[in-house]
Amino acid sequence: MNYSNLSVAPTARAAMPPLAAKVEPVLRVSGLEVTYYTDAGRAKALDNVTFTLNPGEKLGMVGESGSGKSTMALAMMRMIKAPGRIEGGSVVVGDTDLMSLDAEGMRKARLSKIAYIPQGAMNSLNPVMRIGAQMMDAVKSHLPRESRAAIEARCKRALQSVDLDPGVFRMHPHELSGGMKQRVCIAIGILLDPQVIIADEPTSALDVVTQRQVMETIDNVKNAINAAVILIGHDMGLMAQFVDKVAVMYAGRLVEFSTVREMFTDPRHPYARALIDSLPNLDNKGVFQGIPGLAPSLLRLPSGCAFHPRCASIMDSCRSVRPEPRVLAGGRSVTCHLYDGEG
Amino acid sequence: MSTIALPPAETTRIEQPGRAVRVMRYMRRNKGLAIGILILFGLTAFTVIGLMTINPKHAYPLSAALKKPPSWRYPFGTDFFGRDLYAAMVVGMWQTAVIGLLAGGIGTLVGVIFGFISAYFSGKIDASIRTVCQILTPIPVLMIQVVIAGSLDKRDVTILTMAMIVVLLAWMGPTLVIRSQVLTMKERQFVAVAKLSGVSDLGIIFKEIMPCLLPFIAAAFVAQVFAAVFASFYLAVLGLGPLREPLLGNLIWAAQSQGAFFNGWWWWPIIPSVAMILILGSLALINMGLDELANPRVRRTE
Amino acid sequence: MTLKLAIRRLLFLVLVIWAASTIVFFIPRLSNRNALRERFGELARTGGFSPQDLEKIIASMQQQFGLDQPLLHQYWTYLGNIVRMDFGYSLYRYPSTVSELIAQSLPWTIGLLLVTTILSFIIGNLLGAVAAWPRAPRWLRLTATPFILLTGVPPVIMAILLIFFIGFRLKWLPLGGAYSVGIVPTWSWSFALDMLKHQILPALALIFGSVGGWVLSMRGMGITIQGEDYVNFAEHKGLTGGRIFRDYYLRNALLPQITGLALALGTVIGSAIIVEGLFGLPGIGNMLNLAIRANDFPTIYGIVLFITIAVALLMTLVEFIYPLLDPRIKNS
Repeated sequence: MNYSNLSVAPTARAAMPPLAAKVEPVLRVSGLEVTYYTDAGRAKALDNVTFTLNPGEKLGMVGESGSGKSTMALAMMRMIKAPGRIEGGSVVVGDTDLMSLDAEGMRKARLSKIAYIPQGAMNSLNPVMRIGAQMMDAVKSHLPRESRAAIEARCKRALQSVDLDPGVFRMHPHELSGGMKQRVCIAIGILLDPQVIIADEPTSALDVVTQRQVMETIDNVKNAINAAVILIGHDMGLMAQFVDKVAVMYAGRLVEFSTVREMFTDPRHPYARALIDSLPNLDNKGVFQGIPGLAPSLLRLPSGCAFHPRCASIMDSCRSVRPEPRVLAGGRSVTCHLYDGEG
Repeated sequence: MSTIALPPAETTRIEQPGRAVRVMRYMRRNKGLAIGILILFGLTAFTVIGLMTINPKHAYPLSAALKKPPSWRYPFGTDFFGRDLYAAMVVGMWQTAVIGLLAGGIGTLVGVIFGFISAYFSGKIDASIRTVCQILTPIPVLMIQVVIAGSLDKRDVTILTMAMIVVLLAWMGPTLVIRSQVLTMKERQFVAVAKLSGVSDLGIIFKEIMPCLLPFIAAAFVAQVFAAVFASFYLAVLGLGPLREPLLGNLIWAAQSQGAFFNGWWWWPIIPSVAMILILGSLALINMGLDELANPRVRRTE
Repeated sequence: MTLKLAIRRLLFLVLVIWAASTIVFFIPRLSNRNALRERFGELARTGGFSPQDLEKIIASMQQQFGLDQPLLHQYWTYLGNIVRMDFGYSLYRYPSTVSELIAQSLPWTIGLLLVTTILSFIIGNLLGAVAAWPRAPRWLRLTATPFILLTGVPPVIMAILLIFFIGFRLKWLPLGGAYSVGIVPTWSWSFALDMLKHQILPALALIFGSVGGWVLSMRGMGITIQGEDYVNFAEHKGLTGGRIFRDYYLRNALLPQITGLALALGTVIGSAIIVEGLFGLPGIGNMLNLAIRANDFPTIYGIVLFITIAVALLMTLVEFIYPLLDPRIKNS
């Protein structure tokens, strides 16, 4: 894997500068912003998020609950519901900007260009429909001309590629185990060979063995269709084994984006550093180091850098000046005043 | 998006508006509850003021001119038997309230007691109470009430017996509701803690569980009052009520018996109908509003 | 549904019918009212036979009705009769049996009930589902609001309001009765049309009186279902709105409503009966109305028992049908 292909644009909107690479990125997110208009005030759930991903790459997106990971996934699918609103930015898959599509265009883009594997796979399948019907209606809504036999063959192939027996096709969801349901969701996600797959905590409700199997399944199908995969989750250990790149979210912002090796050996953002330090390892067995303080409310973000009240390396500027994302050597991006002189 | 509590150092004091302001704000969101309470308040005012100003005798036959349409002298008109419908409305409304509150109150009380006993002591007692409820529930209450009311000597049918007839088969609903609520409460931590620290059964019931149940009991009570008013109304429309009394259902029964519409005395059945709509409507609105208060999952989409 | 479960359901049905029969048997006997004496006392006053004759008639009637037997013996005979759907003789229309009277009036009631219940269930649930569906057009969602406001208006009052506005004020439809006075029932189109015209107001009263309840409960159900993960995932799959509405949202929200229909049957039938009586349609409701006015106790009890048994049977029927609609139940 060639990590030098990775790039992060410092500020949003401008087209991505062509990189010294032959591979064109398959996903370019830039300046994505989402605001929730609640009774208690406006909450910026996503603030100027920018990154790109190449085909075949796997990105792990981590952060505390409420940091904007799931909002990120929903925004990319354009599934933000009221009182939330996508305020700006673009999500370009291949050469289509999803944000410029009309409602019908976006409906067609879902699953065929960008697929989403849901968080709560336990309840994500319609309890009163057979698995087969739930797969076939997905294909039918995108390929209305395809014959029934062809659709059925396609669905059974997808089931096979997630190591499920084709007999599952005729079963109802309640007859499947949690891991099997999760695989069905993955199989639905890859039915139309999408270029980007987003998996929102695909393993959170599963036991450790099944977790591993599901992750391997995702890995295999990704290789088969060469899609870019975004894994959302907070299990850093699982991430370390499966992803190529890591994006750390904090209070709606992307605070660090780097390769998995860089992240685990040399995290730059103080929050990322704290996250890595909080992982148990062989040297500090039994000693768990949490991150002091709590995640801030999006309704009342601290001034300057949202992380400053909890930051170990706080400086004066952190309290008043908001840091902007900055590309460092090697293409990683950090949003922190510590690196103001660099990049 | 979940909002997360701020670290202690950051906690800005959120100004808590006064209780009245918060109630008003909630009412603005829960419009049904507000309107329901408003209508009920209006009806109460009508009845109370009416009882103080009218002569209750005018609500009974041969006290006024016959078959007069609404006029300045008789704002709601008079009926075939010479009742002033305005006086009849006041007295009838009052009697409806008595039946509703009495039957609703007793039904809720019995339900709460049985529900508690059933859930709290479980075992055989629970099984038998539950089985009785399950067997009685599919039996159409109205039909059994028809049998009871029909079996009584006409002279024995009064406002009081009416309430009793209604309550006889109306305690199963609240029993099952309270039972399931107590069962879930029993599983909660605080009850276990109280038990471990040696609080007596009765202490736990009254100090720990009862306060949490109040919204459910309130909702059950309103539902019971609604059911009681509804049932007594139906019985009266069937001619099984205390025929002499100006109960709203009785007036409709009498009007129907005398062919009021065929004879053109439209106000006779219409006025008690409108009163009934207001009573049942306000109770239904309050019931829905309380439901929304007790289980926020039934929120409206807006 | 397993055989064991089916047997348990049927046993429960028997238990319910037994409980209802027992209540209907003992309640009148707890009261001091003597139906025969009242009925024949009335006849004696109008017909003018002597008190001695009256006592003799009552004694012979009591023997005929088995009322001179010990209570327990009466109870057993009674239960046996119930099994054979024999509710005894009508006092008022003696020598007709109660079962005959019910059989005569049943078609009217079933016709009215079937049409109105099905229509109000369908209309109410569709409106409620749309009212809770955020992507439905605004005007369509608002259509449900007036029906929700109707929840507080029971069918009986709806009937009176309809009679007043449409029958009395506008004179569009007849005020009551099964067919126009003076028309002889025949098998003709004009008679059928006349009869249908008399059925419209009762039907409207029943539909408008019960549709609001369905709208309200379906809306609550819809709000719950639309937050379910599978509805969200359906949208992620890029399905069209119509398909999500029909296959993912409506189908799931409708299932509990069918159970609700079973539970509401008692009230539905009760309302229908009173409305029938109000309009003077020759159905069971009118029969009950007349029986109450005439103190015809065997008929009152017979009708009550018949309705109770019918409701219990229908509820059991729904329980048997339900597993065909909800695959989750089939295997558990």
